[in-house]
Amino acid sequence: MAKITASVFTSHVPAIGAALDLGKTRDPYWQPVFQGYEYSKQWMKDNPPDVIFLVYNDHATAFSLEMIPTFAIGCAAEFKPADEGWGPRPVPTVIGHPELASHIAQSVIQDDFDLTIVNKMDVDHGLTVPLSLMCGQPEAWPCPVIPFAVNVVQYPVPSGQRCYNLGKAIRKAIEAFDQDLNVHIWGTGGMSHQLQGPRAGLINKAFDNAFLDRLVTDPAGQAAVPHIDYVREAGSEGIELVMWLIARAAMSDKPPTLKHRFYHVPASNTAVGHLILENNP
Amino acid sequence: MSLDKPYLDVPGTTIFDAEQSRKGYWLNQFCMSLMKSANRERFKADERAYLDEWAMTEEQKQGVLTRDLNRCIAAGGNIYFLAKIGATDGKSFQYMAASMTGMTQEEYAAMMLAGGRSPEGNRFIGEQTGEKK
Repeated sequence: MAKITASVFTSHVPAIGAALDLGKTRDPYWQPVFQGYEYSKQWMKDNPPDVIFLVYNDHATAFSLEMIPTFAIGCAAEFKPADEGWGPRPVPTVIGHPELASHIAQSVIQDDFDLTIVNKMDVDHGLTVPLSLMCGQPEAWPCPVIPFAVNVVQYPVPSGQRCYNLGKAIRKAIEAFDQDLNVHIWGTGGMSHQLQGPRAGLINKAFDNAFLDRLVTDPAGQAAVPHIDYVREAGSEGIELVMWLIARAAMSDKPPTLKHRFYHVPASNTAVGHLILENNP
Repeated sequence: MSLDKPYLDVPGTTIFDAEQSRKGYWLNQFCMSLMKSANRERFKADERAYLDEWAMTEEQKQGVLTRDLNRCIAAGGNIYFLAKIGATDGKSFQYMAASMTGMTQEEYAAMMLAGGRSPEGNRFIGEQTGEKK
C-alpha cells in the first residue's frame, strides 16, 4: 500500500527561482535563503520519495480568467515548465504519476470534493521553485510529481477548513492505493506578503511564526481561522497559506516529528517559511 | 441581501473577488496575451492600437498606458495578470510593487530589507488617524 511518510512546507517566491537560475545563490542577499535549505536537500537525498503530491497555486499562467478551478489535480504523464513572460525556467520537465493521480481523483471526488481533472497543463514557479529548493539543480527531478493546483488568486478561495478536510480525503485516497509507494505531500506558498496596492510589502513575523507553531501542534485549530485574518495580518497574498493545511491534514492524527524549521525575511517581497515534518503512522 | 465582504476595511488593499474579476475580465485577458512574445512585440510597437483590439474601458486603457497599477487594480486588474505588463517592460516585480506604494524602488527595497511593512497601524482603514470605524 502507498504511505505518506513526510510533509514539506515552503514558500515558492519566483525571485528565488530566478536567483538560482542566474547563479546568485552565494550573493549576500540570497545566501541566507539558500542556507536555510541545505539541510533539506540532504534530507531529500536521505529520504527519497517515490512520488511527491505537490500542492501549489498557479499565478495566471496555466489558468487565465477563462477557467478558474478551485482544486485541480494534474493527471498527465508530464508537465512542462511554463513560460511566465521571460522564457521557461531552465529546469527539468515534471514527470507525473497518472495512475496514482487518477486514483486520488476518483477517491476524493467520491468523498464530495469536486476536483477538476487536468490532463494538459504547464506548471509555473509555484511548483518548480519548491522542487528547486529541495532538490537543487538536477538533470531530472528525483521522482514523479502530482501537481495539485488551488485557486488562491480570485476570491473567494477555499477556506482553511475545506483545505484541511480535503487533506484528510487525500490521505485516505493515497493509503488505499495498492502499489507500495513512499509518498511525500508538500504544501507551498506564503508566508506573509502583499504584492498589490499602497499596503504592498506587508510582512508579519509574529503571525508567520505563530502559524508555523500551530501548523505543527494544532492544525485543526489553525484550519478554523477565517480568510480575513490572513488578509489583515499576513497580507492579501498571505492567503496562500491555506494550502499548507491540505498537506498538514494528510498526515496521521499522531503528532509528527519536526525535522527542520526555517524562517527568513525578505525574499524580494515575501517572508520565506519552511518546515519538514515526518509522519508517525 | 448583499454578499459578505469583510475585507473592504483593510487599508491599501483591493481583494480580487468575483465582482472585481467581472469588471476586469478584458483588462486581465489583455495582460494574459502578453505571455506570447509576438503579442509583446505588437504591444510595444503601438500600445494604443494594441489596447484598442480589446473590449477594455477607456479607464483601463489609460491605467495601462500610464503604468498606474493602482488605477488598473481599481478597474478590476489583478496583480498576477498586471505583472505581465511589467515583464514586457523589463521591470522587476519589486519595481512594480514599489510603484504602487508611493515609494521609490530604493526606499521600498530598504523597507523590505528592514523586515517589511509592519502590520501595526495597517490593519483597518482610518487606524493611523484614529478614525477606525
